[in-house]
Amino acid sequence: MSHTLSRDVLITNELGLHARSAARIAKLAQNASSKVWLIRGKERVDASSIIDILSLACPKGSKITLEINEESDIDILNEIIELVKKGFGE
Amino acid sequence: MSDTNATEMVLNGIGASPGICIGKAYLVDKEGVDVVRKYFIEKGSLLDEIKRFKAAVKKAKDELRVIIKNSNEELRQQSYILETHVVMLKDKMLYGKTIETIEDEGINAEWALKKVVSSLKSMFQNMSDPYLKERAADIVHVSDRIMKNLVGAEVVNIADICKRVILIAHDLSPAETSQIQLEKIKGFVTNRGGKASHTGIIARTLEIPAVLGLNQATGIIQNDDLIIVDGTTGTVVVHPTEETLVKYEERKIKYEEYRAAITRGSHLVAETTDGFQLPVMGNIELPEEVVSVIDHGGDGIGLYRTEFQYLNSSVFPSEEELFDKYMDVVEVIAPKPVTIRTLDINGDNAIAHVSKYDEANPALGLRAIRYCLQNPEVFKTQIRAILRVAAYGNVRILIPMISSYDEVCETKRILNEVADSLDKEGAVFNRDIEVGIMIEVPSAVTMADVMAENVDFFSIGTNDLIQYSLAIDRGNSRVAYLYNPLHPAIIRVIKHVADVAREKGIKVFMCGEMASDPIYMPILLGLGLDELSMNPQSIPAVKSMVRSLNIEDIKPFMKDVLKQTSATAVMKLVQDTYGSILYDKIYHE
Repeated sequence: MSHTLSRDVLITNELGLHARSAARIAKLAQNASSKVWLIRGKERVDASSIIDILSLACPKGSKITLEINEESDIDILNEIIELVKKGFGE
Repeated sequence: MSDTNATEMVLNGIGASPGICIGKAYLVDKEGVDVVRKYFIEKGSLLDEIKRFKAAVKKAKDELRVIIKNSNEELRQQSYILETHVVMLKDKMLYGKTIETIEDEGINAEWALKKVVSSLKSMFQNMSDPYLKERAADIVHVSDRIMKNLVGAEVVNIADICKRVILIAHDLSPAETSQIQLEKIKGFVTNRGGKASHTGIIARTLEIPAVLGLNQATGIIQNDDLIIVDGTTGTVVVHPTEETLVKYEERKIKYEEYRAAITRGSHLVAETTDGFQLPVMGNIELPEEVVSVIDHGGDGIGLYRTEFQYLNSSVFPSEEELFDKYMDVVEVIAPKPVTIRTLDINGDNAIAHVSKYDEANPALGLRAIRYCLQNPEVFKTQIRAILRVAAYGNVRILIPMISSYDEVCETKRILNEVADSLDKEGAVFNRDIEVGIMIEVPSAVTMADVMAENVDFFSIGTNDLIQYSLAIDRGNSRVAYLYNPLHPAIIRVIKHVADVAREKGIKVFMCGEMASDPIYMPILLGLGLDELSMNPQSIPAVKSMVRSLNIEDIKPFMKDVLKQTSATAVMKLVQDTYGSILYDKIYHE
């Protein structure tokens, strides 16, 4: 069954979504069975593409929303949210 | 020693890592990759062309894996960049798009890759964030590696360099820098890159001189040329004469002595030649950074930013949590002072789960003291922790973003209320602490005389004060060049604040970036600042500069400064009057 689910999270690490953090999100999103979207303001990009994520230019303190289309991807969604919350362990 | 057939040539670039080195040039040639031919592929062969591309990517990935595995200990932490490159190799914007382009346009893989990369490159280069701008270089490094495999070019193996050389390159990718055996490298010179590039960061980390952004370096310098790299001034001398060589050998020795001397002297007071002592403090954000302030000879903490505890949790931190963090700092540095700045963000946005509003202009929005006064419970929790920790050391409290006198009165009222309730509870605390305000909003400058009646000190936050006074967003690359601490208006603003403070008998400090550059010291001393606070790394150089100045000598200079009508004219005056001291210090201490 297809269900859109989303969660908000705040970027807390000093550098924002830079190359290293974007790569870690992309790696997780690539395992999803359907699309994982990363949304900031009006812009929405494919979270499995590091280049797409970088193009959003999210600094520390910005709010992003992660959205999945398949309920089965909920674990991946939560894993990404945790990673962002922890500030990517930086 | 010098080559008699060649004439000396001086090239100027960006000094990305200070220091001097003299040695033989070693060129890392990446040409060949730049020359890419375009041709069309027949429909029937398109699949083979895509396979060829996929194989080149696979090979690139394997190569990177090997480099990561063999990367040497010192640069292990840089290897995350290479991991990022591995992920990027398969990114749909690069990988997927190139395959699509081969199919759609029926062209060869090299040309398709080149097309995709140049559009990605321009996308990043048009970004205003300097960090993201530099990411265009990552895309180029990744695609270069694929391209080499496509055209079958030989990859220069930097790991094979076996003599002490100065590396000359168009640009160095993180993969390349991580392969270098650093004990073999005396310095770096590149055509591209700036202070924030990978090469710049690595050079500074390893304290190897580097001059970057030299445009024509690889065109002018040849293998085995004798060159001098001065990373302090951003100069490269090719084919130096005997005379130049001697001059730089001397400078090199003196620079090394200077580094040793400022480090040795950093624990002593900064006192001008006529006896004025200027406390030089450190700015910190994490309690752990207090060690760095002590190591660099800081006379205390002039700015302890407290936002971190709020940003890193999903609920507001408790009084005990805050108390513990403040205690970590206060205890370690006592009896030296710790200036704790109260929450300087919009708490609602900081705590993820209570996020409600998006502000169009956060810099002019609900933040700092405005937020705290609207949410007195959040504010009181922090004040309680600060007053309690004040019983264990020398604590001052600093209120950010004050823009009206009412805010000062309201803050003081809350402070008293909190102290009274702590008193009633019989808690251990200290209510007699100095209370100061940040001067960063122009209205606070205008009202400084009124504010001074009710506070113990001012702390000028130059970063915001300059932005608000000149109406310039530093993060906006189209106007960032207008941001200048030497703008005559800024000098007058600081002078007004300092004059008022002196008249009213309170102290005036500075904790913005302006305080961390030795070149501004004559002006800051001339304006009568009582104390400066900066990132810990800047402390030794600032202290060293202060020691070579004389307050009496600065007075006539200040009169001239105040007559200037442009930032350029002020800078010229500073350079003409104190430039020699500044540069002499670097080479002649």
